[in-house]
Amino acid sequence: MCGIAGIIHRGGAADVGSEMTAMLQSLKHRGPDSTGFAVYGEPNEDEYILRFKVAEQEDVARGYDIRRQVGERRAEVDRRLDELGVKVVEAEDATEYAYRYRIAYEGDMRKLADYVEDVASTEILSLGAGLELVKDLGDATTVSDRYSLKGFEGTHAIGHTRMATESDVDIRSAHPYWAYPYHDISVVHNGQLTNYWIMRRELERKDFRFMSNCDSELIAVYVADKLQAGMALEDAMRRSVDELDGVFTYLVATSDSLGMAKDDMAAKPMVLYESDDLVAMASEEVAIRQIVPQEIDTIDPYDREVRVWRS
Amino acid sequence: MAQLRDEHRSHDMGLHTEQLAGRTQQRFFDVTEEENFLYPEAFDVDFNRRETFDAADMSATEVNLKIRDLMSQGCGSIAVRNPMARHSMGVGILQRLNLTFEGSLGYFGVGLIDGPNVRVTGRVGWSCAENMMAGTVVVEKNAGSTFGAAIRGGDLVCKGDVGSRTGIDQKGGTIVVGGRTGAFSGFMMQRGRMVVLGGAGKNLGDSMYDGTIYVGGAIESLGVDAVPAEMTELDCAWLERKLGQYGLEAPDGVGNMTKIVAGKQLWNYDNLEPSEKKIVL
Repeated sequence: MCGIAGIIHRGGAADVGSEMTAMLQSLKHRGPDSTGFAVYGEPNEDEYILRFKVAEQEDVARGYDIRRQVGERRAEVDRRLDELGVKVVEAEDATEYAYRYRIAYEGDMRKLADYVEDVASTEILSLGAGLELVKDLGDATTVSDRYSLKGFEGTHAIGHTRMATESDVDIRSAHPYWAYPYHDISVVHNGQLTNYWIMRRELERKDFRFMSNCDSELIAVYVADKLQAGMALEDAMRRSVDELDGVFTYLVATSDSLGMAKDDMAAKPMVLYESDDLVAMASEEVAIRQIVPQEIDTIDPYDREVRVWRS
Repeated sequence: MAQLRDEHRSHDMGLHTEQLAGRTQQRFFDVTEEENFLYPEAFDVDFNRRETFDAADMSATEVNLKIRDLMSQGCGSIAVRNPMARHSMGVGILQRLNLTFEGSLGYFGVGLIDGPNVRVTGRVGWSCAENMMAGTVVVEKNAGSTFGAAIRGGDLVCKGDVGSRTGIDQKGGTIVVGGRTGAFSGFMMQRGRMVVLGGAGKNLGDSMYDGTIYVGGAIESLGVDAVPAEMTELDCAWLERKLGQYGLEAPDGVGNMTKIVAGKQLWNYDNLEPSEKKIVL
C-alpha cells in the first residue's frame, strides 16, 4: 500500500523535519516496514551533504565480525574520497552504519558516486547542496529520532512509509530514492510499475546504476535520465505518465521545487491542500491535518495530473 | 395517485432498493409501515433530542461507540465536532438518525449504513458511503475516489468535485455530484442513477450493465458498452425534483444534460426464473 507525503513552504523556511515526521507517523498504517525522509534546507553554495551507508541495519544486529567490516568500509570510503580530491569538512555518525559528511567537491558527481559505491555494501543515500535524505527500518518517529530530524529547518520535504510488496525489507529498498547522479533530486512513490524490467534494462544500457530491485527506484533513475537529456522536470514528469506502465502516484523534489504525478488510471490516492504560503499533499488527508489542524478545502488530483510547485 | 405520491415520497427519502433480476425492478417501501424502517435491534430515537460531542481526541471506534450510545438513549439528532478527516466514522448505522459531521471525514466514512440522514460539512475521503442501503448522505465540499461504491439505495450527494471511479459497481440508489467526476465513473454500474452536473472523466460508464447516468458538462470519453440515450420528459421531471431536494441546479438546464445508459452488448446472462427455464427447456 505505502503512504507518501510532501510539503512545500512558499517564501520561508519552517521545521519541515517535525512536520514530515508527524505526517508520516499518521500514515504508519499504510506501511510499517520502513520510513524515509528527504528534507531540503538552505542550499550551501560551496558544499554538499553526502549521506551514505556501509551496511544494513540487520547486518549490524546479526552479522559476524560486522563492526570490523563496517570500520574497514568506512575507512575505504574516506580513502577514496581523499583520492578524488574531496575535502571532508565535517564527518558525522548518524548511526553505526550510516554517515553524514559535509564535503567540498567540484568534480564529476557520477565518478564520485560510482567510486564510493564500489566499496562493499556501500550506498550513497543522497548527495546535495540542500538535500538531506535519511531512510531506515521502523516508523516515522523511530527513524526521525534516530537521525535527529526534528527541528530541521527547511523549505520543503517529501517522505514515505513503506509496505514492502515487491522487494526486501531493508534500507536499500526503502524510499526516498536519490536520482543518481544528480544532486538534490529525490523521489517517493506509491504503486507498482509493470514495465520495470524493460525500462531498467534500457537505463542500464545507458550506464545508470540500480542499487535495489525496488520498482520505485526506476522513477528516480528515469527522471535523472530525462534531466540529463536536457528536459525540464515538469516535462520529464509528463513524459513519465506515458512511458511508465502500472499504477502510481509519485512525488519528486529538487532544490527548489516539489512535483507530483498520477498515473493514467488515478489508481493511487493523493489529497492536496494549497494555501498562499503552504502546499501539502499526502495519501490521506489525515496526514495533512497533522500540520494544518483546522478545517480546510482539499482536492483529489485526477488521472494523468502533473503539478510542480516552487518554494 | 396516492400510491404514486408514496412512491415519490419513499424515493425522496431514499427508502427504496432495486432487485437484481436481469432487468430493472424497483421495490418501494411502504412509508406507512413502521417495520420497514426498523432492524430488530434498532433503537427508538426522537429526532427532537439533539446531542453534540467533540471528537478531537477520540479514535474512530470511540466516536462510533459514542454515536451508538447516544442512539441507545433515544437521541435522534447527533452532531460530531472535529472529525479531523479520520477514517471509518459513522459506519454501520442501521436505523433512522440525523447525523451531522461538522468537518471532514477520511476513508470509508458512513459506510454500510441503512437509513440515517447524514450531512458532512467538509469533505470526504475515498469510498464514502460504500454499500449504503438507504437514507441520505450530503457532503458539502469535495469527495475522494470510489464515492458511493456498490451502493444499493438511498441518495448520496456531493456538492463539490469527486475523484475517480464514482459509483463503481453501483447497484441502486442515486448518486448526485455537484461538480466534476473523474475517470471510470459508473464502472460496472448495475442499477440506480448517477447525476453529474459538471464534466466526467474518461471511460464513463465502462462495462455498465444497467442504470442511468446524467451528465451536465463535457464527457472526456465513454467506456465500453456505454451509449447516449434520449432524454425524456420523465427524466427531466425526475432530475428537477431530485436536484431541487438538495438545492442544486443543472448549469444549462436538465433538458440539456446528456443521458448515458448501457448498450447491453455485454449482457450474457438470461432473465428467466428457474420455473420459466423449465418451460423453455
